[in-house]
Order: sequence, then C-alpha cells, then structure tokens
Amino acid sequence: MKIIVCIKQVPDTTEIKLDPVTGTLIRDGVPSIMNPDDKGGLEYALQLKDQYGAEVTVITMGPPQADDILREAMAMGADRAILLTDRKFAGADTLATSKALAGALKELEYDLIIAGRQAIDGDTAQVGPEIAEWLDLPQISYVEGLEYDGKKTLTVRKQTEEGYQVCKVDTPCLLTVLASANKARYMTVGGICDAYGKEVEVWTADKIKVDPSELGLSGSPTKVKKSFTKGAKAAGKVFEVDEKEAVELIINKLKEKYII
Amino acid sequence: MNIADYKNVYVFAEQREGKIQNVALELLGKARDLADALNEKVCAVLLGSGIKDLAATLIAHGADEVLLVDDPSLDVYTTEPYAQAIKAVVDAKKPGILLLGATTIGRDLGPRLAARMQTGLTADCTELDIEAETRHLMMTRPAFGGNLLATIMCTDHRPQMSTVRPGVMMAKPADAARKGTVEDFKVNFDRSKFRVKVEKVVKEQKNLVDITAAKVLVSGGRGVGSAEGFKKLEALAQVLGGEVSSSRAMVDAGVTEHARQVGQTGKTVRPDLYFALGISGAIQHLAGMEGADLIIAVNKDKFAPIFEVADMGIVGDLHKIVPALTAALKK
Repeated sequence: MKIIVCIKQVPDTTEIKLDPVTGTLIRDGVPSIMNPDDKGGLEYALQLKDQYGAEVTVITMGPPQADDILREAMAMGADRAILLTDRKFAGADTLATSKALAGALKELEYDLIIAGRQAIDGDTAQVGPEIAEWLDLPQISYVEGLEYDGKKTLTVRKQTEEGYQVCKVDTPCLLTVLASANKARYMTVGGICDAYGKEVEVWTADKIKVDPSELGLSGSPTKVKKSFTKGAKAAGKVFEVDEKEAVELIINKLKEKYII
Repeated sequence: MNIADYKNVYVFAEQREGKIQNVALELLGKARDLADALNEKVCAVLLGSGIKDLAATLIAHGADEVLLVDDPSLDVYTTEPYAQAIKAVVDAKKPGILLLGATTIGRDLGPRLAARMQTGLTADCTELDIEAETRHLMMTRPAFGGNLLATIMCTDHRPQMSTVRPGVMMAKPADAARKGTVEDFKVNFDRSKFRVKVEKVVKEQKNLVDITAAKVLVSGGRGVGSAEGFKKLEALAQVLGGEVSSSRAMVDAGVTEHARQVGQTGKTVRPDLYFALGISGAIQHLAGMEGADLIIAVNKDKFAPIFEVADMGIVGDLHKIVPALTAALKK
C-alpha cells in the first residue's frame, strides 16, 4: 500500500497575540509548526505502515524552510519527502494550490491520499476536496476513525454535527483528517538522526505537468481586494473587587440590560 | 466564459433528514439583500429524497424560485451525488453567486464543486456585499482568528462562491404570503461515480445541543479547571435559562464536548449575554463570541485579553464569584 500525506507548515496561531494598543496582530517570533490536522493524518498513515507495511510519502508546497516539517515527518516515520517549491506557486489561492499539489501527486503512485481537514492559518478546508476532484478520487472529509481491511476497503468514521457516520470506500481515495482523531507520535531520537541523513526531494514547477497560467497568483480565481484590522471594540470597565461586590455589579448590569 | 451570462443568487438549501437547516434560511436572508441590490432573483437549490414539502419554507424566507432535485441517492449526503446535482443546475442556469453553509456538508461539497466548475470559493465569510460599480460580490472573511479581515473578490470566474458559518447571517422572518415557483429539476446522474457508501448514521446526544440558539451562554475556559468546576457553570446557566459553552481548552481537556465549543474551530454565537469565565481570550475564541450583546468576563489575570472585548470585567476567582452569583440569582 502506498500512502501520500499532504502537509503544510503554518504559524502556531495559538501563539499569536493582539497588540492591546493598536489591535493588530503580533506575528514576530511566532514559531512555525506542522499543521495539527495534517499531523493527525500522518499518524494514521504511520499506523497503516505499522500494521500493513505501507509506504508513506509526505509532500508539502511552500517556501524552502518548509523542509523543517518534512524532516519532522521523516523523524516520525515517513519514508519519503517531497518539497514542492517555486516562486511560480506564490500567491496561490486554494484552487491554484490544489492544482499544483494534484500535479505533483499525478507524478507519484498512491492507493490512499490523506490531508488534514483544514490548516489553522486559513481554516478553509478546501485544498483536500479540490485535490480529490482533480484526481477523480472519492473523498471523505472530517475523518476521525479509520480501519483498513488489508486489501482494498477502508471503513471510515466521519464526524458530523449530530454525531458520526460510518462510511466505506475502496482505494484509491482521499481522506481529510481531524487532529483530534488520534494522538500523533513523537519523533524518536533515531528517527531524528535518520531524518537529517535522508534527502528531501525538491520539486519545482517544471517537474509537474500543469500549465503555468494555472499556478500561483495568475491561476487563482480569488484575489484579496483589501485587508484591514477590525477596529477594536471599546473595552468595558474592569473591576478589582471582592466577590460580594462583584455579584452586585453583575446583577445590576443584568437588570440594566433587562436580562433579569 | 462571458460573465454577463451569469445571473441570480443561488443558495444551497441544506436539509438533513427532511429538516431545512437554519443556516439555509440565514443564507436566503442575505441572498435576498444581494439579489435586491442586483435586481436579480433568489433561487434555492433543494436536494434530497421526498423533500418537496420543504419548498414552501424556502419561498417564505426569501426564495423566488426553488430548484428541486429529488433522488434516492440524495437522501443521506455523500459528496458525489450532491456535486453532480449542483453542477447540472449551474450548467443549466448559470448562477452569478452560489452560497453554501459552512457546515460539515457545505465545507465538503463547496470545494469539490469549486474545482469542478473551475471557480473561486471563499470560506467562512462574515460579510457579503455587492460592489456597486462592478456588480461583483465582495466577500469578507476573518484571517488569523478574526482580528484581521480580508475582502476577497472573484471577478473573472462564475459562479462567485462563498460559504458562511451558521449563526453569522440573519434569516428574514417567514412570510407565508410570498410567492415563488418550484421547478422539478432532472439530473442525469453518472452513478458509477458514487463510490462512498454510508453504512451507519449515529447520533450522539452530546452533539445535539445547539449553543447557537441560546440567549444566555455561560462559557468556561482553562480557569474552570475540571469537570467539578464546570458544574458551577451549569448551575449558573440553569438559573439564567441558558446553556453552558466553553473555550477549546476545556474540550481538549475532555471536560466538555466539541458541540459546546465557541470559537474559530467551534461555533459562532451571538447570545444576549455571554459569560466568559476563566477564559483568557485567545483570538480564536474571540472570533466566535464577540458578536454577543453583553459580555461579562471573570478572570484572575487582569491582563487577560478577554477584558479587551468584555463590556464588564471582574478580576477575581470564578470559583467563588460564580456560586455566589448563582445563589443571589436564586433569591
């Protein structure tokens, strides 16, 4: 079984804080991490490797420093890593991103493609299903459980608003996975040493058979017209009082607003 | 593509088990405003099996036309039958705008369709407007948890597609006197492509709570500590006739379930009253609750960012204040 996991390097948005004066984001010094849902997807792939000897390839599209998360993935147990990087990919929206990734995936063999449900820096959840469309694969998103019969069929637990569904799909197919679905393993010391001994394959736009007009900014139907910070709402009053006074203040406020 | 051929505002009228989802009605409300600005029609696309009776509700909430695709393969949602049905509608009708709810269904279907139609899709929009001069759709969405907003446009491709999270737009009140048409739309499905089988649909009681409908939310974060602490919040919610909700920290800690999570990866809420108790106020959380009318925050840390958005902040110990408040309200 050959599995490819699509991963993304993202800023650790839980570390992003607001400047209390200007209301803008403080991004300086924010560390980069492997996107959590992608890591959950990688964990499933590695479990299938443990059980069935699957071969696991990780791929990312991003700037050269995205090498870090590919090495981390190899230290966790991935066999092969591909970095898709080229200035021609810059400014890509989800559609152009998915085109480039699908172009690279077409150069590879796979039975199963796994992506994270969404990346924490954009939260769109679009690239996985878009790749599935380009590759004409059935997709199941919001996966929180996975079993393989060792031959061809996957039984998948898919999260829904009301609970979950149990779905069956044959390979080849594409799944998008939730980080909460499993607990990703840690890198091992041996794995870290190996990961830095192994090669990360670097692919540029020339390696994939996608028309350059479909890549990057020129291949992106959506464009950011403007971005702006939301004017910070005027903060209310903050009281440092004992609990008796606090209760009085709160009750008066609720009365003032006709809530009680 | 001649974009001038593409007209009217289409809404994916999501139903589950024969129940129209609130988000579909909210989208119809926004679609009505957009269509009126463009002097065009609102069309609802209703997919399912045996769901004809739902069309009247869609008309009452703002649809001029309902396109009904009724097929057994559309009974329980899977991607491909739904994608084929909407693609067929788009090919035939050429919509200018197509809106979907950012539900687990809409977020699965939207990108599959966008790729199939080679158009753009903007996720989780919080504002939708028409640019007067160009008549293009302006799609505004939060980035990095809500403080930075970006307005995105899709000027050269049609339809212009957006998803909107439940609770963000306002539905218009039902007007039973509104008139509209219902069209039985026939789709020639390629059933060989239906490759995902749903074997079992399981409902979990814990997921059935709808915090977006609550007028009062008593929300707890890391400062609540444990399930024991959370009980104090439940008691307060009970006297106020509200629900308990939480930040992500409490869900990750297993104290409460994801259905109660407020924020970027949880729900967007706009209750009359939101108690933020022991919630520091990460921007991901603020994105989900800053639309509340009245926000009262209690936190030990006087520098907690939650105080930046609270209407009233109390620096103190929620474990003392909450039970005292509950007791006082009971009187």
